[in-house]
Amino acid sequence: MQPANAYIGTPQNRVDGRAKVTGEAKYAAEFDAPDLAYGIVVSSAIAKGRIKSIDTSAALAVPGVLQVFTHENRSRTAWFDRNFRDETAPPGSPFRPLYDEGIVYGGQPVALVVAEEFELAAHAASLVRIEYETDAHMTDLDLRRSEAYVPPKKRSNVKPPPSPRGDAEGALAQAPVKVHAEYRVAIEHHNPMETHASTVIYEQDGTLTIHDKTQGAQNSQSYVSSVFGLSSSQVRVASPYIGGAFGSGPRPQYQLFLAVMAALELKRSVRVVLTRDQMFTFGYRPLTIQTISLGANPDGKLVSLMHDAIQTTSTFEDYQEVVVNWSNLLYHCDNVKLTYQLAQVDTYTPIDMRAPGAALGVTAIETAMDELAYAAGIDPVELRLRNYAETDEADKKTFTSKELRACYQLGAERFGWAKRNPEPRSMRDGRELVGWGMATGVWEAIMQKTAARAVLTRDGNLEITSATTDIGTGTYTILTQIAAETLGLPMEAVTTKIGDSSLPKSPVQGGSWTAASAGSAVQNACLSVREQLFKYARQMEESPLANASIEQVMFVDGRICLMNEPNVGVIFAEAMQAAGVERVEAEEKASPGMLTSMRHSGYSHSAVFVDVKVDEELGRVRVTRVVNAVAAGTILNPKTARSQILGGVVFGIGMALEEESMLDHNLGRFMNHNLAEYHVPVNADVYDIDVIFVSEHEQLLNPLGIKGLGEIGVVGTAAAIGNAVFHATGKRVREYPITVDKLLG
Amino acid sequence: MNRFSYLRATSIDEAVRAAAADPTSRFIAGGTNLIDLMKYNVERPERLIDITRLPLNRIEEADGGGLRIGALVTNDEAASDPRIRDRYPLLSSAILAGASPQLRNSATTGGNLLQRTRCYYFYDPGTPCNKREPGTGCPAAFGRNRIHAILGTSEHCIATHPSDMAVALAALEAVVHVAGPDGERAIPLSDFHRLPGDHPEIDTTLRHGEIITAVELPPTDYGRHYTYLKLRDRLSYAFALVSVAVALQMDGDTIADARLALGGVAHKPWRDPEGEAMLRGQPAAEDRFAAVASHILKDAKGYEDNAFKIDLAKRAIIRALSQAAAGTPQSQTDKRIQ
Repeated sequence: MQPANAYIGTPQNRVDGRAKVTGEAKYAAEFDAPDLAYGIVVSSAIAKGRIKSIDTSAALAVPGVLQVFTHENRSRTAWFDRNFRDETAPPGSPFRPLYDEGIVYGGQPVALVVAEEFELAAHAASLVRIEYETDAHMTDLDLRRSEAYVPPKKRSNVKPPPSPRGDAEGALAQAPVKVHAEYRVAIEHHNPMETHASTVIYEQDGTLTIHDKTQGAQNSQSYVSSVFGLSSSQVRVASPYIGGAFGSGPRPQYQLFLAVMAALELKRSVRVVLTRDQMFTFGYRPLTIQTISLGANPDGKLVSLMHDAIQTTSTFEDYQEVVVNWSNLLYHCDNVKLTYQLAQVDTYTPIDMRAPGAALGVTAIETAMDELAYAAGIDPVELRLRNYAETDEADKKTFTSKELRACYQLGAERFGWAKRNPEPRSMRDGRELVGWGMATGVWEAIMQKTAARAVLTRDGNLEITSATTDIGTGTYTILTQIAAETLGLPMEAVTTKIGDSSLPKSPVQGGSWTAASAGSAVQNACLSVREQLFKYARQMEESPLANASIEQVMFVDGRICLMNEPNVGVIFAEAMQAAGVERVEAEEKASPGMLTSMRHSGYSHSAVFVDVKVDEELGRVRVTRVVNAVAAGTILNPKTARSQILGGVVFGIGMALEEESMLDHNLGRFMNHNLAEYHVPVNADVYDIDVIFVSEHEQLLNPLGIKGLGEIGVVGTAAAIGNAVFHATGKRVREYPITVDKLLG
Repeated sequence: MNRFSYLRATSIDEAVRAAAADPTSRFIAGGTNLIDLMKYNVERPERLIDITRLPLNRIEEADGGGLRIGALVTNDEAASDPRIRDRYPLLSSAILAGASPQLRNSATTGGNLLQRTRCYYFYDPGTPCNKREPGTGCPAAFGRNRIHAILGTSEHCIATHPSDMAVALAALEAVVHVAGPDGERAIPLSDFHRLPGDHPEIDTTLRHGEIITAVELPPTDYGRHYTYLKLRDRLSYAFALVSVAVALQMDGDTIADARLALGGVAHKPWRDPEGEAMLRGQPAAEDRFAAVASHILKDAKGYEDNAFKIDLAKRAIIRALSQAAAGTPQSQTDKRIQ
């Protein structure tokens, strides 16, 4: 019999769904204060140089304008780079808004106009006159390629490529089958629905309550404290709801700095909201040029694997992500050489974007593997199976679990891959060419040290708290499920509060680690409450559980009862009453197991199968069917999990066919900085997406066996689409997105 | 955005007088483009004259058998009007190819004609632009120009007109009725928008103070021999890279009369009377369509990002003519192109 409160692994509606659709859920820019003032950011028109003069007199003359902050009158902030560095910062000197007259990238904030009303601030901002002295800038990676370098200082949590093994060049020279090509993916911006915003409430006692759009409330809090020299008790950051972020929100952004500075100077509450075009004035997914050489025997087995990447970074920080390591992680090869370099351009520092590194590197290797499949005359799925990596060869570790084979098999079956004619241009549907392509996806299963608190009150309600955020992924819901099941309560009795710096410590939400990290912390806190409750229950006079051990009981529907005699038990409230306590509470942490990570590697995997229709004459591609088979350990909630994968696939369709932030190298500026001209998929672009969760028994990473799902859906999708386009047309496009112009001719 | 004053006009006369008296004023109806432009500081009118209360929101029979669409008829009302769907399905199809349902519910017939280019540079006051600030230059010609023009450009501007509706109206030989300080006049749609030349800041031949009152459609009888084919960077909700409006009068397999207009390629809906003449009296055959396409594009000039549009436009013309000749117009909901 399925016990009551067995929520883990069952489809559940979002516990925050009603609040979101009714508007009850408030986002950073929706919080109000009686003394609220409004700040508008003025952005630089040049990409490099300095401000010669800045004339704010016309803006200041507008009645209702409170102040115009510039580098000339900004308040004093911390001196050292380390004060500006947040927990996700790459090595280097973090950008400091309004620091001096220097301009280091196009669109850089150069002034903040604060007024009594939003419209006044917007009007006054248009009156600020700035004269610049321009220096020559460079935003073209191709022209900086020769100056690429290996980052001297590693970014924490980002593995550099492993040392070469064997003789990749020599083996390639001897290989009977070869593939050598360069691959590119255009710069992307995250474009979440909610633009970045900070509402800083200046409390009567001079402390700050900040509603910030961020993936890390405590990260923003410690940034504000350290930059402005405030004690942590003077700053509270709350981010209960986030309207999408996709990696644009782990680092504190400049609107937070500006809003806090204005609030402290003016001693009143200030809100700063970035405009849609200003969303193109900070981090982005870096432009990446990748070169891959594959050498194989006639049976398709790899004998040489070389994968090199050069990525853009800014002139002030060495952004890094894992781009090339995935190739060897997926495929067995004895002769491997992987390199990763950076080249500086005059833009803001890139920032993590959904599956940072993997979305790029796996797109390239999975396109190259498809090329190898044709070169060797082997089915693309079969080629991958022949080169299947049984172990993590670079780190010499075994996998905690890896059901990628089952992903290939179940995905192929559902898709009907066996009916594919391998010949390019061989399948048609009326006027359109039909293409079937596939690719592999992979993402690391990461855990980060996270704390959570559980408080059970005598009325039978449980409150779960942690500082972690929910960027739309379903964190509220899965934490509620885990808590309810662990403690044996209906989900309705559990309230989950997250996204607040005053709550138990949590890193930023990202990297697909939140479910495993916060989920395990919640489980631990609830287990701790269980133990205390059980102790109280046993200590009751004439307790029916007096002789039972905790292994012999279960917690169901607010009762502790004997497993083999469920009628015998104690209600939580009775145990608490007997013990004379109103509440039972515990705060616990969860951390990655040191022993596990020394011996094992944990990754989620997927196999993506795609059906495209191509109108060849007009260069039009439709992705009419996607099957994504995902192995990611325990699936806590198949409903929200499916949504995660659907969103990832749509992200992949964007990368494959549409998304491109266009830099004008003459001006050093992104030009299509709006949702009309930066194309993300719309409903018409998305047809059937079939998500399969492949059963995967994971028991090493964490007790619940969670791997996380935030990134895996996007990884591999773009390559599968590109491979399908090749199968349809015989045309290999190695520069994503595959737009009309690249298919014509 | 700047500060502005606001007037709600109660009569066409009042609107015209108010506009004529203030060269910085702008009419506002649906506001779907003007408000955006004001937020970006591209348009900075000191006075907005709200014309939404004027009696220009009806679709009426015109003398001589045509239809007269009031300037304030929304795009949605026009596209779903039974008379337009029945007699001018090309217009309905073109409108439905554009924007989104929400925008079409708000945008008006007059406003659609007066919407401004979506050139990246025009929209970004941090960059030079001859259309926004005459004399500052055209960075698009040497910068990012994927969405820009290939026909009728000048050294001062390579922007396109973004409307779908106007392309269909050009093919239908619609007439724009305007009222102004000097009375009323009628402007053929093909003369309504202008090429950039030396004055890209001027989009149309409308004079300041003049207001569009209606768009008149002359009687036509193309039956099912029409199409609006729009090619863009995603399957919906994007401006045209190239669009083609075609209306054919067929006599068996022979083309008795042909009208064709291109969108997304020029500063105005692009018609080529010589190209249309090449179809008259000819059998509906693909090689003839190809010859016409080559003729229409013979003076096209591509730039770094948009040179592909020349080839794309030719292919789109051939496909659109095939669709219209076969009486199988392009669906705007099924994204498969017949």
